[in-house]
Amino acid sequence: MTKQSYPTQWRRPPQIIQAKHWRYLVTFGVLLYLIMAIGTVEVNWGRVVEGVERGQRFIAGFLQPDFTTRWRDISRGLIESLTMTFTSTVVGVLISIPIGVGAARNLAPRWVYYVCRSVIAVSRSLQEIIVAIFFVALFGFGAFAGFLTLTFATIGFIGKLLAEDIEDIDEAQAEAVRATGASWLQLINYAVQPQVMPRLIGLSLYRLDINFRESAVIGIVGAGGIGATLNTSLSRYEYDSSGAILIIIIAIVMMTEYSSSHLRRWVK
Amino acid sequence: MTTTPTTQTPTPVWHPRTPKARITLWFFWLLTVALFVYCWNLMTANTMWVFVYDAPQAASDLFNRAFPPRWTYMERLWKPLWDTINIATLGTLLGIMMAVPLAFLAASNTTPSKVFLRPFALFCIVTSRSINSLIWALLLVSILGPGLLAGILAIAFRSIGFIGKLLYEAIEETEVSQVEAITATGASQAQILNYGIVPQVLPAFYGISVFRWDINIRESAILGLVGAGGIGSQLQASMNVLAWPQVMVILVVILGTVVVSEWVSAWVRKAVI
Repeated sequence: MTKQSYPTQWRRPPQIIQAKHWRYLVTFGVLLYLIMAIGTVEVNWGRVVEGVERGQRFIAGFLQPDFTTRWRDISRGLIESLTMTFTSTVVGVLISIPIGVGAARNLAPRWVYYVCRSVIAVSRSLQEIIVAIFFVALFGFGAFAGFLTLTFATIGFIGKLLAEDIEDIDEAQAEAVRATGASWLQLINYAVQPQVMPRLIGLSLYRLDINFRESAVIGIVGAGGIGATLNTSLSRYEYDSSGAILIIIIAIVMMTEYSSSHLRRWVK
Repeated sequence: MTTTPTTQTPTPVWHPRTPKARITLWFFWLLTVALFVYCWNLMTANTMWVFVYDAPQAASDLFNRAFPPRWTYMERLWKPLWDTINIATLGTLLGIMMAVPLAFLAASNTTPSKVFLRPFALFCIVTSRSINSLIWALLLVSILGPGLLAGILAIAFRSIGFIGKLLYEAIEETEVSQVEAITATGASQAQILNYGIVPQVLPAFYGISVFRWDINIRESAILGLVGAGGIGSQLQASMNVLAWPQVMVILVVILGTVVVSEWVSAWVRKAVI
């Protein structure tokens, strides 16, 4: 052992890929991909230059929003969005509670577990927009299709997180309640529900927040709400009205985000 | 609030809540139900119930027309699929480039000015987060015209908020003692960043970026609906001519891409963290 065992010089920290030639190969591959990818992006520069002027008009519209001219359309879209958000969250949470309980491995029998897990997987892997397209095709244009879409998406989200939460509960409490000879329903009510309730409320508030954001989007494919109004105003090139709608969306999203994070902290 | 029983009956009955709490809770539920009924009425005021009652028939109709999927359409999907992946990847890279400086400006321990630059950076992050990428695409298509560029920029603008927020939180959670040790050696500000903070947030940074890339693949698949290129434009075109067998093929391709990208992102995150 040498006298000097402290490092006196800075050494390079370990790399993610240890082998040198692999590192070079990966770097080369990434570079090659980037060149090919950028090469296939065709940009119509004439159109972009034209767009600069429109972009300026849009920014001007955003800074001087026009709330009044289209206020009737905006308020109708807003009411549709807000009611859609609330009703779909309530119904979605109500449906996802039994599904979440069924998808918890420690409470449900095997076959129920698999059925509920596959419902959750289907709901989570389909994007809201694609679901909305189908529901619009089936149920016609308007807020009802949007309501169904958001409910469908809520089931997957809350169901999965609730099931994981139920699987993580303190087993000692469940055992204590079971030892008193409680039935399955009593077990759920007195051992599981008090443990997961705060988190369920938190998740529901979080989902309310997400549902509002999504409700602003699914209107683009015809499922009602403020997104439809925004789409119309943009295709009419009325940038001051679109600026107003965007400001309203941003304000409501920020408001719901702050209030829901406060409420969640309070519930905990 | 205590859980002691306050009933005056000779044999006290245990209740999980005090009477006051019970009444409050009851009123809360009443209000929720009332609000729900009110919202439901407002929302369904314009609903055409005829279409809703028709839905089962419409569903079976759609199902019959969509099957079997037209698999030969696949050969025309490779180019849009390549475009979709490019939109997601280039958009993520562009988003990272803009998000990293913003994150350092927004983190309270690295920001150069708490009064001016930090609120500005936080405002950029919040704005980018509250507007969905599809709305960004809608705006950019209306400004720049349809095409891949609008899609890439839309993905990039939406990614700024996501990456920026998670990264600045990671920067704020770095350990102070390591930064102090570097400062004690007489390092300059830039050296403190480079040797004290960057190594601590690098794993989180890789994780966040790959996670966002995975989300972006999902989102870029549908951006084409508003004209921003990728596989979504084929979806829109097929739906406009009611070619449901083609729509089925596109949906299967999108689902497959999403599953693969999720698998890649989970693998990379496991390797990095």
